[in-house]
Amino acid sequence: MTRFVLGRVTMMLASLLVASIVIFLVLEVLPGDPAAFMLGLNSSAEALQALREQLGLNQPVLARYGAWLSGMVRGDFGISYTYRVPVAGLIADRLWVSLPLAIYALTLSTLIAIPVGLLAAANRNGAVDLGAMGLAQIGIALPNFWFAMLLVLVFSVGLRWFSSGGFPGWEDPGAAMAALTLPAIALALPQASILARIMRSSLIDALEEDYVRTARAKGLTRTQALIRHALRNALIPVITIMGLQFSFLLAGAIIIENVFYLPGLGRLAFQAISARDLIVVRSVVMILVFAVIVVTFLVDIAYALVDPRLRQGRP
Amino acid sequence: MKKGTRLQPNLLIGAAISLLVLAMALLSLVWTPFDVTVLVVGDRLQPPNGTHWLGTDHFGRDIFSMILVGARTSIAVAVVAVGLGIGLGVPLGLAAAANAGSLLDDLVMRGNDIVFAFPALIIAILITAIFGPGAINAIVAIGIFNIPVFARLTRGSALALWPRDFIKAARLAGKGRVLISIEHILPNVANTLIVQATIQFSLAILAEAGLAYVGLGAQPPMPSWGRMLAEAQTMIALAPHVAIIPGLAIVVTVLGLNLLGDGLRDIFDPRMRGRRP
Repeated sequence: MTRFVLGRVTMMLASLLVASIVIFLVLEVLPGDPAAFMLGLNSSAEALQALREQLGLNQPVLARYGAWLSGMVRGDFGISYTYRVPVAGLIADRLWVSLPLAIYALTLSTLIAIPVGLLAAANRNGAVDLGAMGLAQIGIALPNFWFAMLLVLVFSVGLRWFSSGGFPGWEDPGAAMAALTLPAIALALPQASILARIMRSSLIDALEEDYVRTARAKGLTRTQALIRHALRNALIPVITIMGLQFSFLLAGAIIIENVFYLPGLGRLAFQAISARDLIVVRSVVMILVFAVIVVTFLVDIAYALVDPRLRQGRP
Repeated sequence: MKKGTRLQPNLLIGAAISLLVLAMALLSLVWTPFDVTVLVVGDRLQPPNGTHWLGTDHFGRDIFSMILVGARTSIAVAVVAVGLGIGLGVPLGLAAAANAGSLLDDLVMRGNDIVFAFPALIIAILITAIFGPGAINAIVAIGIFNIPVFARLTRGSALALWPRDFIKAARLAGKGRVLISIEHILPNVANTLIVQATIQFSLAILAEAGLAYVGLGAQPPMPSWGRMLAEAQTMIALAPHVAIIPGLAIVVTVLGLNLLGDGLRDIFDPRMRGRRP
């Protein structure tokens, strides 16, 4: 197990390093230099020189990459060009919206998908199964931002149960959760559709295994065998997909934030793009990629904890 | 197998929807009821009626015409993006499988892992930050994300074929790895690739709509379903049809492609029948 974890940690660190090189290089290939790009055409020579100084553009590429990387390790992402405050603080503020939203959505998605998948598998090819899987087909085809707009139309404009956007801050946790509820549902439902299908098909696979037949033979009912034996085994692929979905939810949150005017990472990124604030763009992208890589790593580890066979196979 | 017959309608409905959307896109090349670039402010936000079948938007443009042209944008972006994924991913996967365990194989697989850490949206943000928004950027962003999908799938399917007798026979006949990959491996993984391509195509249409919605995709005046939704957002209470219709177009198209993909999978791989409804 130690060897497995060490191998995975090495992989994770290597991925992070390569990702940081890619992000750094992509912004290096800019036409002209980043300072000229950020200031636009009508910039004065002094302003350009000052920004070049601030960005360290007068230093060689390798030194700049090193400075950026060591800064990030220390939690220093530089100073935002448009906001004039440290980027780390900006991102931390916005993460407090995006991260809870993604977690809220993942929780909802799991709470919907597992019972639905279980019911569908238990009633394979029955009315419940066909109905649930038909709905799941539609759920998968739903663009989450459009679904979000429909939710606003029904629950904010029509029924007036929720506000149609904005975020009150975490001083009042109840109001904050209420503001995140519609966005979380919009994010969760398409993901829940995928998860329910995977839950169902992996349960059906598990139900055909010998250990389920043995359990039935020793007198368990179909439902008992399903819950006690098939479910635990079927959860393994479900956990993997949940891990993958978390990164999708975090990225998806970026789009959903636009529908509800939530001050999250996505809004920060889009504002930074239109303001040409590359320091912020670069940092937000790095943080998101960091999150995806770390979650993938954690899923690998969780996977190995659940299924001992995986620890031996690969280094 | 009785279950197989039950699933046949999926394939038919899926194929019918996909062909219909394709026909709409092609039709828009030669004819649309109204010109989508002409703004008639006097006709703004009309509900669906005899003249404007699906109503008009806030600039008085005919929504039905915009849906037709939007289908073209969606399909064009998806075709090129998925084509990019297949064009680069499949050769990489074939090469990795032909040289399994080699440095090349390792490089391809680790490279895939890295690309997977950049969801299409993040790639799009990066590209847009540099080159500005546009349909080409959306294509590249979605395309890059598709490369590892096809590389992995091709490698996995090809690896399962290499130990088979007919491949050994080809090697005994003196064929090299490249020739075997092209002549024997590729035709045998083609079915799997076609099914995956259908699914990736529907994902690409969703991704394109998402990118266009946040302003990273096709730019005005080129109509796109995602941007129609973005423009409709502020008027959703005033004229819900402006927001509902483009979304329905996306859902129906994606649903059709997914049904087609599932149906094709059932034909190519009967073992899967009934597993994924």
